[in-house]
Amino acid sequence: MKAFEYTRASSPADAAALAAKTPGARFIAGGTNLLDLMKLEIETPTHLIDVNKLALDRIEETSDGGLRIGALVRNTDLAADKRVRRDYAVLTRAIVAGASGQLRNKATTAGNLLQRTRCPYFYDPNQPCNKRKPGSGCAAIGGFSRQLAVIGTSKACIATYPGDMAIAMRLLDATVETVKPDGSTRKIAIADFHRLPGDTPHLDNTLQTGELITAVTLPKPLGGKHFYHKVRDRASYAFALVSVAAVVQKDGTGRVAFGGMAHKPWRVEAAEAALPKGAAATAKIAFAGATPTHDNAFKLQLAERTLAAVLHEARG
Amino acid sequence: MDRPAGKGVSRRGVLVSGAACAAATAMPASASSKEPSAPMKTPPALPVQVKVNGKAAALTVDTRTTLLDALREHLHLTGTKKGCDHGQCGACTVIVNGRRINSCLSLAVMHDGDSVTTIEGLGTPEDLHPMQAAFVRHDGYQCGYCTPGQICSAVAVLDEIKAGIPSHVAADVAASPAFSEMEIRERMSGNICRCGAYSNIVEAIREAAGRRQA
Repeated sequence: MKAFEYTRASSPADAAALAAKTPGARFIAGGTNLLDLMKLEIETPTHLIDVNKLALDRIEETSDGGLRIGALVRNTDLAADKRVRRDYAVLTRAIVAGASGQLRNKATTAGNLLQRTRCPYFYDPNQPCNKRKPGSGCAAIGGFSRQLAVIGTSKACIATYPGDMAIAMRLLDATVETVKPDGSTRKIAIADFHRLPGDTPHLDNTLQTGELITAVTLPKPLGGKHFYHKVRDRASYAFALVSVAAVVQKDGTGRVAFGGMAHKPWRVEAAEAALPKGAAATAKIAFAGATPTHDNAFKLQLAERTLAAVLHEARG
Repeated sequence: MDRPAGKGVSRRGVLVSGAACAAATAMPASASSKEPSAPMKTPPALPVQVKVNGKAAALTVDTRTTLLDALREHLHLTGTKKGCDHGQCGACTVIVNGRRINSCLSLAVMHDGDSVTTIEGLGTPEDLHPMQAAFVRHDGYQCGYCTPGQICSAVAVLDEIKAGIPSHVAADVAASPAFSEMEIRERMSGNICRCGAYSNIVEAIREAAGRRQA
């Protein structure tokens, strides 16, 4: 690990200002992803700004009937919150489907949104990777791509966003609240937060330099039945091949978002209109224009079948 | 290491004089007097105060030091093991402020003021923690390397179930979790045992849970 300076932030605005004026600075909260990447020298910050002591660890009800989740609320606490379990069960289900108990005790709401890809070529410094080293190429294209993206890919990158929590947040139309280095605040719809790789895959999201996430808000509950089905190579503690987050109403209408398919949580609102017609009709619209590789084409069928299982359970 | 290479001559002495001789005969004066490039800046170090197994400890650590390395290398509490060092195996599991975490994926400087419990703080050879005793009784290990992490994790798992924290195997996440073998297996999935002692580990935890309820 490269040597770095370390500062405990005193306020969100101060943290953002310090990050903006310090080249090579990174925020650290749970650290479960960042420290892993620092040990491998994939991330080499010169300065860590510890935000753990900031008072951003509460879950509060909003005036419009939703919830405001502080950036530092740990995954365990978010999943265990009684209001979340009752009204946003898809979010609890998504969180407990990810990582291990130890990691969820540390991982934060904001940090989880910023989790970097698990593409094996990103993790191997001996391989070219446009996300790790812009302009170096992509070894995943033409390489072993079983885990990687099937839609929204580019000639520069076929990595996936690896997390579970964000898939549920995308389904719930969450909003990411931030503070910028000048002290002003911003709200980013979750749909606009993660981005597709295009020709700048080193950018995972639309945050600006120094911008710090302070909270994630959820709109008022949707009702309906909540599902998060995650398909992976072992029963627990593995990243998704495919995951399906869904809220299904009694009349068969609803929402669906997919994990493991793209560089961002994959939700196509136009496809949701087809939910009452079934999984095949929905998947056809949701994955129109897919660009799978030989290794991962199975994910399209797997996603459709996983959605079929969800819809079957919703009817039962 | 310092064993003499010959009568009155140390191995180090031979190497040093040999190098000096080579420099004097084969290298131009400018090269032999050339300083290496700018000396490495001292890596940043900071003071940290933690309570470990009930005892206060004050350390000054390189900012890169993980909590795991602080426990093992600075406090010499070597019960906590370094397995993968990447949060994948759970051998380094300790309990911080009542919560189990992977001590390899946390910096010591992030734990100023925290209270840490390691395997050494759960019990002693003369007075085992009920979970330790249950692991011994049920042979919940073979090589034993993952065991301190398994036991710290298991102790915390019982607290998590008691606190109503849901898991992936819950049929209804809004309901209070019930103790079951499936729950143990799911909640212990962050602790890998390459010897494969899982069935005995489950039995040990089941027994410890029963004793606690009694």
